[in-house]
Amino acid sequence: MSTLTLLKVERIKLFSTRSPWWCMIVAVAITIGFTALLSAALRGDDLLFYRPAATQFAYNFGLLIMMVMAVLAVTTEYRFGTIRASFLAVPTRTSLLLAKTVVVALLAGVVGELAAIGCWLIARAIRPDSPLSLQTAADYRVVFGVGLVYLISAIIAVAVGLMIRHSAGAISALLAWSLVVENLIQIIPNVGEDIQKWLPFVVGNNFLYSGQSFFASGETGTLDDMPFGPWGSLIYFAVVALALLAIGLGLAKHRDA
Amino acid sequence: MIQARGLTKRYGRTLAVNDLSFDVQPGRVTGFLGPNGAGKSTTMRMILGLDRPTAGDVRIDGKRYADLKDPLRHVGALLDAKWVHPNRSARSHLRWLAVSNGLPEKRIDEVLELVGLTKEADRRAGGFSLGMSQRLGIAGALLGDPGVLLFDEPVNGLDPEGILWIRQFMHRLAAQGRTVFVSSHLLSEMALTAQDLVVIGRGRLIAQTSTTEFIEAASGSTVRVRGPELARLREVLVAGGLRVEDAPATENEPAALVVHGASTDTVGELAGRAGLILYELTAQRGSLEQAFLQMTGHDVEYRSAGLPDLPGTGVPGQSSGTAPGAAVGAGAAAVGWTKGESA
Repeated sequence: MSTLTLLKVERIKLFSTRSPWWCMIVAVAITIGFTALLSAALRGDDLLFYRPAATQFAYNFGLLIMMVMAVLAVTTEYRFGTIRASFLAVPTRTSLLLAKTVVVALLAGVVGELAAIGCWLIARAIRPDSPLSLQTAADYRVVFGVGLVYLISAIIAVAVGLMIRHSAGAISALLAWSLVVENLIQIIPNVGEDIQKWLPFVVGNNFLYSGQSFFASGETGTLDDMPFGPWGSLIYFAVVALALLAIGLGLAKHRDA
Repeated sequence: MIQARGLTKRYGRTLAVNDLSFDVQPGRVTGFLGPNGAGKSTTMRMILGLDRPTAGDVRIDGKRYADLKDPLRHVGALLDAKWVHPNRSARSHLRWLAVSNGLPEKRIDEVLELVGLTKEADRRAGGFSLGMSQRLGIAGALLGDPGVLLFDEPVNGLDPEGILWIRQFMHRLAAQGRTVFVSSHLLSEMALTAQDLVVIGRGRLIAQTSTTEFIEAASGSTVRVRGPELARLREVLVAGGLRVEDAPATENEPAALVVHGASTDTVGELAGRAGLILYELTAQRGSLEQAFLQMTGHDVEYRSAGLPDLPGTGVPGQSSGTAPGAAVGAGAAAVGWTKGESA
């Protein structure tokens, strides 16, 4: 079966149910909504330093929703048994699941891009006097790079879905990891902060925020002394995602469906 | 044509399928019979490449399932009618299946028509009744017009109309020359549906034979005979070397004789030579249930002779012994479950 066929199959599967549409709409709306609130709430000096990087703060909201969608794209197949129907139709499991990953990740990427551009536009509309025009490479990266972070995060979500196979378990694991573990690990004395710099979502965030500075307080949006620059961070993030995906695919191939 | 050779599946310490070998021929409905938990579904999943056999091998027209190109064109399977996303319409479900195997989209309308779901095609499958889900599952199985069809417990939970529909449907598919392999724990259903049987219990093959042979070999041939002079008839038959039993009159039936191990020809001939009048001469076929219990009865005896009676918990291979007396076809082995479980 050709790659295009498999991509078409997964596209039909994804779009013939309603929940992905809702996830996409909610992800874009919530992200832009938060940015609108932030833009409206800013006062005083912060407005003088309201730069493009600050308009992308809310990307994590939409990102979580799209990761949930990506997990569900896998786990609902296990829950309803359609994964078995899929493996009957396409016994080459790895290529089928790769096609699913590509479709889901590209969709997440597009949603991330739409949300990011929407955030930037609405911030400009609400605060036309702030320095929000895209001037440096870092400005372009922080706005247009959000889609890439969404895309890679969706690959991680698919991988976790393949490993755990149950919706609740996979979503809990993913959210606990990205929201709790990656943020709280720094409270471990001595080594916590060193470990945190290598955690995938922290590094993924560094791709967007490396070298940024905004608001009157000089907020950077990332940790100091990160091991990689922006593009190195992106590559590291992608490598982690692909490694997890390889494990997920390996498990799916060898386990009984 | 499906060929299983030494198929074995082990889950931890449990042997779900144990060295199973059988053939399923085209042009006939072959029943896959055994009580719940005998390993029927596991075997079907191994045939379809969903589960990996611990040992052994199963081939469809000489190939492993995973090696089939566009498998839906060769094999159609209905293992579980609920393997559909509840929020997807019947048509969308069939559409992705069709696209995956390069089947033309007009085939979707054909199979929907074939199973009578044309009107419901755009409704979400989650709202379907079991009967409709079953029909959708069959539509999916027929999508690629395959030569081999597998159905796992297709009549479970269906109303009489649905059962009849599926039974006739399977006969039609076999008559078209397809290989039809259908599992059931319902012996009576298999007696009506299947021409051949693969009988398993506790993951082991008990018999592979035609349905008629299975019943005859297991229940023996008995003839019911009745006439005005029962006492003389009895003497004549006993003198002819036959084993005769009295069947006393009941509310519904007058008194008669039951002759074991003889055909109606023999009984009629003996009576005729003696000049005796007969009112009734009927061959009595045993039911599949009787056959089944007789086939597996050896183990029940074996167990009551001192082994702990723990139905369903014994490790196959330990609690089962070979029973040469039950040999029907090749490789017959007595396998233990109680009468209650197989009913």
